[in-house]
Amino acid sequence: GENGTLSREDFQRIPELAINPLGDRIINAFFPEGEDQVNFRGFMRTLAHFRPIEDNEKNKDPTASEPLNSRSNKLLFAFKLYDLDRDNKISRDELLQVLRMMVGVNISDEQLGSIADRTIQEADQNGDNSISFNEFIKVGNLYFVYLET
Amino acid sequence: MEDFWVVVLAGLKVWVYLIVALLMVPAMFGFSLGISETYMKILVKTLEWATLRIQTVNKEQHIIESSSSNGLIQRDDGSMEEELGELRRSRPKPPVGGDFTLSDCFYFYRRGIEDIVEDEVTQRFSSEELVSWNLLTRTNNDFQYISLKLTMVWGLGVFIRYCILAPLRITLASIGLTWLVIGTTAVGFLPNWRLKYWLSDWVHVMCYRICARGLSCTIHYYNKENRPRKGGICVANHTSPIDIVILCNDGCYAMVGQSHGGLMGVLQRAMARSCPHIWFERADMKDRHLVAKRLTDHVNDNTKLPILIFPEGTCINNTSVMMFKKGSFEIGGTIYPVAIKYDPQFGDAFWNSAKYNMVSYLLRMMTSWAIVCNVWYLPAMTQQEGEDAVQFANRVKSAIAHRGGLVDLSWDGGLKRAKVKDMFKEEQQKMYSSMVVGSEEDNSSHSD
Repeated sequence: GENGTLSREDFQRIPELAINPLGDRIINAFFPEGEDQVNFRGFMRTLAHFRPIEDNEKNKDPTASEPLNSRSNKLLFAFKLYDLDRDNKISRDELLQVLRMMVGVNISDEQLGSIADRTIQEADQNGDNSISFNEFIKVGNLYFVYLET
Repeated sequence: MEDFWVVVLAGLKVWVYLIVALLMVPAMFGFSLGISETYMKILVKTLEWATLRIQTVNKEQHIIESSSSNGLIQRDDGSMEEELGELRRSRPKPPVGGDFTLSDCFYFYRRGIEDIVEDEVTQRFSSEELVSWNLLTRTNNDFQYISLKLTMVWGLGVFIRYCILAPLRITLASIGLTWLVIGTTAVGFLPNWRLKYWLSDWVHVMCYRICARGLSCTIHYYNKENRPRKGGICVANHTSPIDIVILCNDGCYAMVGQSHGGLMGVLQRAMARSCPHIWFERADMKDRHLVAKRLTDHVNDNTKLPILIFPEGTCINNTSVMMFKKGSFEIGGTIYPVAIKYDPQFGDAFWNSAKYNMVSYLLRMMTSWAIVCNVWYLPAMTQQEGEDAVQFANRVKSAIAHRGGLVDLSWDGGLKRAKVKDMFKEEQQKMYSSMVVGSEEDNSSHSD
């Protein structure tokens, strides 16, 4: 663009991102609801999720709102990448969609379905057959350190 | 009023005589009077002084310096298997071979964001960022006002570059090119004696030397014993059209390329008269067999000059070597690799064809300090038993990258303009699926 904003096409010109199976989802995360352009501010807000947590932040004013790159906000970011309809639950369909993006055509529908079912079974605690944010955190907390770049 | 014009004419005469004596004659006969060496020494001293000034002021003001060597972010460069293994570490391994966890996607997200911040490919299509400013406005990315002295030196530099050096260089370049056209056409009229080839070589080299002086090039050639010989193919990494001038200063090559109209066309036809070059019509280039046949014919004739080819197919910014197209490696001649590395401190030689057209690019070249480059001739390589063209191309590419201190990438230079193929995405997906499903043996031993 070179007009101060980025469009989806600009992101897709990065080859490593274009071959990333979840590349489109990542690109979507930068764009606010329904818009096709992101300015520098919006770009930085999304990237700010990935800053490493600094020690001195723990001593900051506890009443201030949580910084964007706190653990739970990072997990929330990942949760939203699954939860497309933003109903705060990852349904079986949404999980299947992400799975399908990651494996392409190499796994059959039934196999994929059983993998999705198994995952939901393991994580689901209140029996509603979908994964809420709290259930996601329990799984995610073991791996949060991995989001720190 | 007339006196004024007389003075101007006299001045011009002196100017021309000086140019001829001090620059053209040495260029024609290949010796040097030491003027450019002195210029380079002064330049180096000035730039060192400027760097020191900037660094001292930076320290005083505690401006954070970025280290360009490490890149913008820290990355864990593990493979997909290693990193997914790490992610799944603390979970118990299920009885069936493969596995999937919700957190697998974190790997992809992280790689994606890392690539958005800094990726290997798009940075190769714009000029290299300098560690320290070299007193040219065009490389001034985030260097700030430092001191009056530095600004004055910069101002002096601007004056010297634009008012003294640039006209000089433009004059030289035009003389060089005109001479090339006249000389090669003249040689072309001679019948095919030995003398013709010798004269043609001499005319070519001489004119390229004049052009090189016209750009203030300082070139160091290493390993001249490996210089390309007749009947071979010379491959080099490509940074700009000036590469041709640089290589032809030290030997004659047959060139391959598209025939243009206009000024380039005149040059091409003139050169083709004195010794055989291979110029294609645009329509022919699409026909790979025709291209390959002409190249093979040329290579098999041992009296013909070595062919100069740039297998990357496009200009890269001289920090890396991108994928070599396999076409030139399928012909079967001896390959003479050459590595060209420019020193960015004195002038950025990269031609960003999206940003600048040829004329503004040449003007930029002529208003830089100088073009300094190193040329390494590597030992000849031939295709080995059981090696296909792609592997051979990659082997040559690594050798060139290693010698020139460039990063060896396997991305295609064509990505400058085209999108990446879906095939690569599918490869990634395939790799991941095999991790989810597990290996064939595991699956067959546990039935559902």
